[in-house]
Amino acid sequence: MKQHLNTLFVTTEGTYLAKDGMAVAVRMEKKTRLRIPLHNLDGIVCFGRVGVSPSLMAICGESGVTISMTDAHGRFRAAIIGYSPGNVLLRRTQYRVADDPSKSCEIARIMVAAKLANCRAVLLRAARDSRVESRRSTLTTAARRLVTNLEAARACDSLERLRGIEGEGASTYFEAFSAMVNVPEDAFQFTSRSRRPPLDPLNALLSFLYALLAHDARSACEAAGLDAAVGFLHRDRPGRPGLALDLMEEFRPFLADRLALSLINRRQISASGFTTSPTGAVNMNDATRKTLLKAYQVRKQKTMLHPFLQEKTSVGIMIHLQARLLARHLRGDVDAYPAFVWR
Amino acid sequence: MPYTEAELIPLSALQHLLFCPRQAALIHVEQLWAENRLTVEGMHLHRRAHEATDELRGDTRIVRGLALRSLAHGLVGMADIVEFTPNDETRATTLRTTPLRGLFQAVKAEPAAWQVTPVEYKRGKPKSDESDRVQLCAQTLCLEEMLMVKIAEGSLFYGKRKRRTRVLFDAELRATTVAAAERFHQLFSSGVTPPAVYSAKCDNCSLISLCLPKIAGRGLAQQFLNRQFSLALSMEAPRSDPDDHEESA
Ligand code: SF4
Repeated sequence: MKQHLNTLFVTTEGTYLAKDGMAVAVRMEKKTRLRIPLHNLDGIVCFGRVGVSPSLMAICGESGVTISMTDAHGRFRAAIIGYSPGNVLLRRTQYRVADDPSKSCEIARIMVAAKLANCRAVLLRAARDSRVESRRSTLTTAARRLVTNLEAARACDSLERLRGIEGEGASTYFEAFSAMVNVPEDAFQFTSRSRRPPLDPLNALLSFLYALLAHDARSACEAAGLDAAVGFLHRDRPGRPGLALDLMEEFRPFLADRLALSLINRRQISASGFTTSPTGAVNMNDATRKTLLKAYQVRKQKTMLHPFLQEKTSVGIMIHLQARLLARHLRGDVDAYPAFVWR
Repeated sequence: MPYTEAELIPLSALQHLLFCPRQAALIHVEQLWAENRLTVEGMHLHRRAHEATDELRGDTRIVRGLALRSLAHGLVGMADIVEFTPNDETRATTLRTTPLRGLFQAVKAEPAAWQVTPVEYKRGKPKSDESDRVQLCAQTLCLEEMLMVKIAEGSLFYGKRKRRTRVLFDAELRATTVAAAERFHQLFSSGVTPPAVYSAKCDNCSLISLCLPKIAGRGLAQQFLNRQFSLALSMEAPRSDPDDHEESA
């Protein structure tokens, strides 16, 4: 298991990645611009038109480095993952639990409750830091309403109802989201989540961060021997990594939302870094994307204490640890899935 | 009843089993593997031992990287080194002039005329448990079955000590080895990973971060969640925040 979590993001279209010994050679216009030893890497994410040599794919597969191919906006298209012979027993258990609505619900409700708790923590934290009374009250009111959702989620024994509770919680949270933006720019006002396409800069930021998080969650599932496609909360849909999306839930507010907000509030990202296409879709320009990728990497390197394992770890490793804990729960080692609750 | 080829288990699994049954299950049943410094060093040492072929040194033929298996005990693997020494001058000629295959046949034809000695390289120093001796003995069971010889002793070579330790394959060691193989076959076919029991050896275990021995097997997660949620619900704002300090991992 790799403990460094360095991800190589390749954002320049037309780049070609080749194998150079036990390293990745990054080539642009036929010249090698960069050489990164594979043992320093956890994953490679290629945005848009980026080429990868077959021998690099092979060696990445062997050495446990996931290659993700996404479109220019970070939307997942394909991944190259090594053969993982292992864990057919774990996967069978995963499928059995996924096929059993009540067992699925036991895990899913913990994930939803943790997500709601973490949304609430994001709101409370912003409320504490805000100097504007009206915003503070918007945020604390939303936080209070989330308590109801959270308690309902914890007691819920139907997946259908749980998905409803999750949706309610999400709209409460996102309705208050604008109150966490402390810059006057109208561009960062937020009305509701729009994904396909994102219709404003904040939505563009969130979508991109969620795509990065999904990449990490997918790798974490695979590394723990789980099937990233088969979720408990998220229904199966071809091409959708259900379990990776499940695993992401508890991390979205804490890892992605907070990051988007702090980049805006610290003015590291501004409205001029976005373009609007004729269809209304909002895209980031290259500079903004680079700022975002860098900030995401930095955030993943931050250390914190894993609340359940009581071990110091990095935010990035945390996702891997949660995937392992989920696997250990499925194998019967732990009595429940100890989701990450931010406190 | 002999095992089929599909049922063979790697020789190294016996060592894992003797170190910790859960480790053996995590590696071989769940197929999890974590590399740490120790396993990487071990791999290098082995690669060197296995890359070479056979070589003649005086009246001894040193064969490296010999593939082994035993259907009687359901084992498969490789020997670092097996030494072949003839008991007399005529056989010494055979030893010098025959290609490897022919040599094995000569041994099979007249097992009593040859001395076959397995030698296994180990990094570090002798372990307190008997897992190294058991692994060597398992190799011996394979060699005996393949070459129809009787092997009385072998040796372990420890990297730190740089000298050989003799191992006698007495009835007791053989029984321990056979029993370990049987236990492993049972563990493997049950598919059940034994619960973790945290002990001092866990700190030297390459699988500790996958095994999570401190939390596994205890009914702690539900309690933990209850506490986390009630604390989270009563808090004014989260205390810990990676943004508060610029420390990086
Ligand atoms: S960490 Fe301890 S219990 Fe777990 S496999 Fe290793 S030695 Fe066994």
